[in-house]
Amino acid sequence: MKRKRISLFDVLTHMLGAVLLAMVLYPLILIVSCSVSDPQLVATGQVLLFPKGITFDGYRQILKNKDILIGYGNTIFYTVVGTLINLAVTVPAGYALTKRTLPGGKIFMAFFMFIMYFSGGLIPSFLVVKGLGLYNTRWVLLILGAYNTYNCIICRTFFDAMPKELEEAAVIDGCSVTGTFFQVVLPLSKALMGVMVLYFAVGHWNAYFDALIYIKDDGMQPLQVFLRRILILAQQQANMEEAAEYAQSLANLEALIRYAVIVVSSLPLLIVYPFLQKYFDQGVMIGSVKG
Amino acid sequence: MKKKEKRAGRQAFGLKLSTRIWRHREYYLFLLPAVVYVAIFCYAPMYGLQIAFKDYKVSLGVSGSPWVGMRNFTDFFRGYYFRNLIRNTLVLSLYSLIVGFPVPIFVALILNELKPKFKKVTQTVLYAPHFISTVVIIGMITIFFSPSMGVVNTLLNGLGMDSIYFMGNPKYFRHLYVWSGVWQGMGWGAIIYLAALAGVDPGLHEAAAIDGASRMKRIFHINIPCIMPTIIIMLILQVGRIASVGYEKVYLMQNELNMEVAEVISTYVYKRGLINNNYSFSTAVGLFNNVVNVILVLIANQISKKCSDTSLF
Repeated sequence: MKRKRISLFDVLTHMLGAVLLAMVLYPLILIVSCSVSDPQLVATGQVLLFPKGITFDGYRQILKNKDILIGYGNTIFYTVVGTLINLAVTVPAGYALTKRTLPGGKIFMAFFMFIMYFSGGLIPSFLVVKGLGLYNTRWVLLILGAYNTYNCIICRTFFDAMPKELEEAAVIDGCSVTGTFFQVVLPLSKALMGVMVLYFAVGHWNAYFDALIYIKDDGMQPLQVFLRRILILAQQQANMEEAAEYAQSLANLEALIRYAVIVVSSLPLLIVYPFLQKYFDQGVMIGSVKG
Repeated sequence: MKKKEKRAGRQAFGLKLSTRIWRHREYYLFLLPAVVYVAIFCYAPMYGLQIAFKDYKVSLGVSGSPWVGMRNFTDFFRGYYFRNLIRNTLVLSLYSLIVGFPVPIFVALILNELKPKFKKVTQTVLYAPHFISTVVIIGMITIFFSPSMGVVNTLLNGLGMDSIYFMGNPKYFRHLYVWSGVWQGMGWGAIIYLAALAGVDPGLHEAAAIDGASRMKRIFHINIPCIMPTIIIMLILQVGRIASVGYEKVYLMQNELNMEVAEVISTYVYKRGLINNNYSFSTAVGLFNNVVNVILVLIANQISKKCSDTSLF
């Protein structure tokens, strides 16, 4: 065995790693600290790392805020149902495209690839959605993006790498293609499904622009739209006023809610992704880049 | 195994087309939802692109509205905002590319040298910002850089400097946009390079170590050359996107004070189209942007094909 020696190189790289770590962690810790600190101390810039004057009023305030609760409920609904629709549309398409003997397979591939480079754009898409009577309905946020070429190619690459013998054996045993897909292929694709669920769910959870364009009623808005109002629009207005007046207006619970709402809205994804990390680290993306 | 597949393929081709299609009916069923979705939500809007050459009236519909030739385009090219929009869009994306492209490569090279446990933790933490929504990221910037209570200004005050209203000053808009993007994307962007680094033959490193190459030297002479194909593919993809700056993030960062540098083509399309109801004009601007993007992807692909053997298509 080699003697354990710490080289200068190791020290340097680990220091750089620590710097990166601190750069990412500091803002996140600060937000959490501010969310449980006395708003007066936060507003006067005294909370710089650790919480001071601990209070959970911000979180209590959230529970009383109707908008946030409605938004949260809507977002959960859009994320769960939307992701299921995404999976149902995109994953089977990726599987079908692995079939090299499929007549017209190349045409389908071109049909799907073309939209990665060219689109009708914002207004024509808006007119189509409106024409279908989907404007200002929950369906818009569930259906838009149901199919995604990028993710479809990830699926295809993954299914392509699976041993063909398994499917062949199932077919010989009298299993239909659909049966093979659901009973043989999918149970072996947990890694893929994990990554797909994560990608699609993150997309739904964090999206705001489609809602801004297509949803008019507040009762149907997702959380991100309310977040935009609380975090950005309100602050912009506040910044326009005199600084002193502004500091005072923020030195109340309304200000505290900003930090708490950031924590509450971001936490679900931040808790889930480390569990799926081993899957997206495995290089599921390699194949996708080459098309 | 390849031979077997080939034989199966030849056998299949011997059959009549209709028989072959019937045999694959279940696969077509698998494709059906995706095809229907793409036809309706991706290709139907392309048919609607014709309103870029028309004077669209809601009452007349897409096909019924009168043609006006290139008027919407010439209006845009001669318009007051044209040069400003092009400049803002290009500067923002070039700045993002120049800073944002090398950083994930650098992060991956560093992560690759860390001790396994520390590497794992650092990696996980660096991915976190990718999962935070754009709205929250801009909200965080707004808070941290706010003139009265933000950490940044508290720090500046501590150093004896005056507070700066970062979000309202056009001078800082681009820096905030680009560097927050780096903060959010450096870990996630590194995944692809980490995967490429994991594929580097350990034999190369062993041989180089025996020949006395330092670890620094091995990074430059083994790791970087080995991930070069990946770097080039990623670069083509990014260069192809130079003319397209998405509206999601820019729109959130805009306010009355920074508009001269913060208005880009996509946000302009949104505002002229859906807020001012200037459908035809806005579609023309979007189409122009889209065509430029396609041309850029083709050029980038062609150059890469010539200079190295890597290309998208």
